[in-house]
Amino acid sequence: MNFLQFMMANRQQVLDLTLEHITLAGVATLLAALVGIPLGILITRVPQLSKAVLGGANIIQTIPSLALFGFLLPAPWIGARGGRLAILALALYGLLPLIRNTYAGIQGVDPSIVEAGRAMGLTDRQLLLQVELPLASGVIVAGVRIAAVLSIGLATIAAAIGAGGLGEFIFRGLAMVNNQVILAGAIPAALLALIVDFALGRLERNLGTLRLRN
Amino acid sequence: MIAPASHEPLNHEPAIEFDHASFQINGRPLLQNLVLSVKQGETLVLLGRSGSGKTTTLKLINRLLLPTSGEVRVNGQRTAEWDPIRLRRSIGYVIQDGGLFPHFTVERNIALVPRIENWPQPRIDARVRELMATAGLSEDLLSRYPSQLSGGQRQRVGVARALAADPPILILDEAFGALDPITRSEMQKEFRALQQRMKKAVIFVTHDLREGLLLADRIALMEAGRLVVDLPARDFSSSDDALVRAYVEAFASLPDPK
Repeated sequence: MNFLQFMMANRQQVLDLTLEHITLAGVATLLAALVGIPLGILITRVPQLSKAVLGGANIIQTIPSLALFGFLLPAPWIGARGGRLAILALALYGLLPLIRNTYAGIQGVDPSIVEAGRAMGLTDRQLLLQVELPLASGVIVAGVRIAAVLSIGLATIAAAIGAGGLGEFIFRGLAMVNNQVILAGAIPAALLALIVDFALGRLERNLGTLRLRN
Repeated sequence: MIAPASHEPLNHEPAIEFDHASFQINGRPLLQNLVLSVKQGETLVLLGRSGSGKTTTLKLINRLLLPTSGEVRVNGQRTAEWDPIRLRRSIGYVIQDGGLFPHFTVERNIALVPRIENWPQPRIDARVRELMATAGLSEDLLSRYPSQLSGGQRQRVGVARALAADPPILILDEAFGALDPITRSEMQKEFRALQQRMKKAVIFVTHDLREGLLLADRIALMEAGRLVVDLPARDFSSSDDALVRAYVEAFASLPDPK
């Protein structure tokens, strides 16, 4: 049985695991954005915190993913379901690119434009929502893109703790020493990462043109 | 409201007043003991080299900075007592190259202050069109982005934006500094004609003496954070102050070609 025949024979399961994979990575990226973007904004306003926040996110990034899954297993509620645990771990990994890009994007806005806005009488909130965030949006989307692609890749390992996703095929194939089964998990996961990377890359470029000046 | 409303002073109090104002940062004085005032309808040109304290002076007016000693008063009230947002919305501010928002169209740039002041949309639209005419801009440009304009057009939009809510005070920081000499000269003449109609209190910062002489009622020369002289424009060139002389000579004549 070749790879394509295996995929066709198991198409329902391939589809289910792919959807599960998208859910894991998608919810994790969303969580990372909901926490990471406000944190990134916060450290542009309270620069004293920037070292601690960026350092903390950096440290999380250095924890090997299997070890992080392991550390979180004993946690109450979270550890009870593989899916919850995987989403939390993936979201933690996504924090760094989101915090860092939000911070860098806002810091990178031309200071003379921010000052012009302030001098015209924009409030801090108006300055953030109407000037800084729109002008930083390209860089922030680049952060979302990194976090999303990272999550899709790492989510394959989540199968090790019973969270499902395309990693199921990979681990099963490894156990069975069957390359077809490994590929049935690896190829859809790789395609998923490429598609998301391409789509968010386009969005990033479109937002980037807003920043063009001269 | 079609013609820009004129702001008759309620009394003879100056619109802007520096009362022994100083500003220092980390013990380094950027401005020392400035005494200066501008009345409604008057154009004061602040002349001086880079680092002489001109921009600091402007930032004290719209409370981007607060004086570390002394007082700055706008319409008789200390800037420290003003709500900074209200203060800034009553002062038009023009910087080099316009300082336009690159992600806003010309229309949104000009409408910025009226919009955040919650003017009704028809009034904003009428005002934007009126200002496009005032600034000598074609209405075709309304939907363009700043990157799609020439330097002169951007500067005109910058002036139009500053005038949008008809503020009684206008401050300009090297406003025409990024323009080629021909466009610059055009803009200077138009601005002078505009000010003769508008009668605002204007502080215009420049290092160009020619520009100063063309636009000013009074010229204040600054050097190293201090006011050197404050003279009516017509008396400036004949002053015997050494720094004024140095300035006048630097602009006195065209060099002989090699």
